[in-house]
Amino acid sequence: MNETVDLAVIGAGPAGLAAATVAAGLGLATVVLDEQPAPGGQIYRAIGDTPLRERAILGADYWRGEELVAAFHASGARHLPGTTVWSLDAAREIGISRDGAARFIQAGAAIVATGALERPFPIPGWTLPGVMTAGAAQILLKASGLVPERPVVLAGCGPLLYLLAAQYRRAGTRIAALLDTAPAANWHRAWRHLPEFALASPYLRKGLALIGELRGVPRRRGVEALRAEGDGRLARVSFRAGGVRHSIDTDLLLLHHGVIPQVNLSFAAGCAHDWDAAQLCWRPRIDEWGASSLDGIYVAGDGAGILGAEAAAERGRLAAFDAARRLGRIDAGRRNVLAAPARHALERASRGRRFLDALYRPPDWARLPEGDTVICRCEEATAAQVLEAVAIGCPGPNQLKAFLRCGMGPCQGRQCGPTVQALIARARGLPEASVGYYRLRPPVKPITLAELAALPKTPEAARAVVRG
Amino acid sequence: MRGHDIAVLGGGLVGSAIAWGLTRLGARVALLDEGDVAFRASRGNFGLVWVQSKGQGMAAYAGWTKRSSDSWAELQDHLRAETGIDAGFARPGGFSLCLSEAELDARIAWMRRLHNQPDMVPYPYEVLDRPALARMLPAIGPEVAGGIFCPIDGHANPLRLLRALHGALKARGADYLPEHAVEGIVRTVAGFEIDTTKGKLGAQQVVLTAGLGNARLAPMVGLTAPVRPQRGQIVVTERAARFLDHPMVTIRQTDEGSVMIGDSQEEAGFDTQVGAPILATMAERAVRMFPRLGQLGVVRTWAALRVMTPDGFPIYQQSISHPGAFLATCHSGVTLAAAHALHLAPHILGGHLPTSFAPFGPARFGVPAAA
Amino acid sequence: MRLSVDGRPVEARAGDTVAAALLAAGVLDCRDSAVGGVPRAPYCLMGVCFDCLVRIDGVDNCQGCLVPVREGMRVERQRGARTVG
Repeated sequence: MNETVDLAVIGAGPAGLAAATVAAGLGLATVVLDEQPAPGGQIYRAIGDTPLRERAILGADYWRGEELVAAFHASGARHLPGTTVWSLDAAREIGISRDGAARFIQAGAAIVATGALERPFPIPGWTLPGVMTAGAAQILLKASGLVPERPVVLAGCGPLLYLLAAQYRRAGTRIAALLDTAPAANWHRAWRHLPEFALASPYLRKGLALIGELRGVPRRRGVEALRAEGDGRLARVSFRAGGVRHSIDTDLLLLHHGVIPQVNLSFAAGCAHDWDAAQLCWRPRIDEWGASSLDGIYVAGDGAGILGAEAAAERGRLAAFDAARRLGRIDAGRRNVLAAPARHALERASRGRRFLDALYRPPDWARLPEGDTVICRCEEATAAQVLEAVAIGCPGPNQLKAFLRCGMGPCQGRQCGPTVQALIARARGLPEASVGYYRLRPPVKPITLAELAALPKTPEAARAVVRG
Repeated sequence: MRGHDIAVLGGGLVGSAIAWGLTRLGARVALLDEGDVAFRASRGNFGLVWVQSKGQGMAAYAGWTKRSSDSWAELQDHLRAETGIDAGFARPGGFSLCLSEAELDARIAWMRRLHNQPDMVPYPYEVLDRPALARMLPAIGPEVAGGIFCPIDGHANPLRLLRALHGALKARGADYLPEHAVEGIVRTVAGFEIDTTKGKLGAQQVVLTAGLGNARLAPMVGLTAPVRPQRGQIVVTERAARFLDHPMVTIRQTDEGSVMIGDSQEEAGFDTQVGAPILATMAERAVRMFPRLGQLGVVRTWAALRVMTPDGFPIYQQSISHPGAFLATCHSGVTLAAAHALHLAPHILGGHLPTSFAPFGPARFGVPAAA
Repeated sequence: MRLSVDGRPVEARAGDTVAAALLAAGVLDCRDSAVGGVPRAPYCLMGVCFDCLVRIDGVDNCQGCLVPVREGMRVERQRGARTVG
């Protein structure tokens, strides 16, 4: 017999915490399932126990998470940390794994709030020890109070990269260089969104302040052809800027080209997704409440499309309000009244995003690697191999699995899917949306065979498997 | 589009093996295929090259299977020479394991009945009790009661086989045409004109190898293909250092180190979703057979649709109303790849299936040979 | 607290993940990859890259970034694909 809840929230980041708080407040039996040992997701990672005593280092936006977590703890929603969610189906049966045992939870409604992950940034040598994502560096800073001992190179573009640079400055960390890859051409795309950003966005003030903090950081603009070099570990970063190739000795390179929604669970569940040409990512198709194409399954937060942490909390709230309506706890009229502040706050938090999306759109060279550059970290397949497969007739990512095993490793395509799609689309002269993505199925995170073996079985299953 | 000698309709394991076999004999071949998302039974193949247990009810199938297994090394050698790709074939012998005395008794009786069929091709197999089995497979679990070992069973890498066949076809100048779904086939003076979603092409002969799609195509050339989907689910683990050299009928460690676990037989229409009860049942049997498998992480599951005929045996037929049109379908595309490439293709090129193929015709279903 | 890493004692901060503890201790790479046998180290630190795989207390293929350190924990580098039993 499966445990039953009214609402299962998957992910304890801002969207999940805000959703669970609203839902529990409305009397829904709510459980939050999260992989991490403490709430906060990645953006508010370690908010309860960060070893960083000086609050100024991480900055005010981070500490905003304290209020969210406190409200969550006071809400009465259950929290299951250290819990991997490995499957979700249209009937809202959720496969979880905790302490080495897998089981199912049946939910009346489910909110997928699994957030985002770093966009893959495949450069030659990116698999070398000494190359990490900017997000990884922030996790080390927040959760362990760790900063690089020797001068670090940051490369890429986007607000999170500049935030990390500012945090490092505040912590006294030496930055050897900030290699900014945003092409000058991005301004042409961003220009028409500037009024909304400049006049109405909460990000303008923060952005300007950040830029001010980065004065003094050695910075290169228009960086291209980035390479991580070294024998068995990173020794040096080389790049082209102003037509000239440069090289910086370093043992730590932090890469960042924005974040993209984590879609493995929503795809595996069977939700419909759309390609977002501005953010260059897939996102689940949702209505204004976050309801997906599957009845009773919502997607909230950056997992539904990148709008940032504050928008994530509001989207979590909206999804919870509608889930409560769907479960008959409140009617639509009451829902609309209760949700109005969140709706308004979401609108405000969304302003200016299109400007940022356009300004920090990653350059093509960073999404379309060449030659021996590894594109699938798990199976170690290269860009050249992908192009070879297309040349002998492979039309898309799912056929490509048959040729190169890309997407068949433990990360389930999280690190290679976007690159594979972009490479195939370019090679075939097709729009990325029409090339499509990997067909994903559970388990979206690994569970052991023994765990799988212990799950409930049926007589029909026995007949289908055990044959005379 | 230049004229082709033969158009092969369907680029999975059956079609690409036949197409390669034809190209080897000098034919100008066009291999048509659908797009990235299609039924594609060939993507869901377990990878066995299996002889034991084939042919209960049709001895000719056992003979055809053994012939394919005996030719598989030759197929692999050719493909490796032409493409550098190793299809991963090994024939170390394979096992069926039984988890109770009752299972074992039933299996022994079944094998005896199989080999007592008239015209059954002889090949060796051994019934192993638990002690004998444990000497060959030290890692078996305490519940394994015994099993059958057949020294000519083996396995291969189905995805690398497909890739090698496609690579060899390209190297030999065959035309591979993906996203050319077939909409019609008409007879012409020169043979056939095939109407596809991307235009027409002509060929003197056509071979229908479209798996489940054959049901729709067959009537276009006066044939029938009583095929239906039968779902099979598979569990795949993370890579592990080699510990299992022999394939079992439901467990094999691939050459890359991942362990594949099957298999179910479900009548589920065209639904390729996986379901936890079946995955759990397969996982449990696998762990009972080899307890140490329990610690491996499951990284992937999938379901594929076997192309199943009413009796489970292949259909090979040629059209009487449309001379030069052939059809080939089976659900063991890996096992039979060598036979298709080396022993069936020449007959197709010659324009005539000999009487030895009569058992594989549709007459056995009470279906008339000519529409 | 104290861990052992490939038999050597390593100091770790309570609350850190194994991956963070290894990085803090200057362990540059944590495994040799399964396909190419090349050195790999943690990359994303949030459980989505599967590069931080290590053997923890005899269990292979643990994601170090998801496991909090414990007193006396034995961490070992994996060389190639995991072993089976």
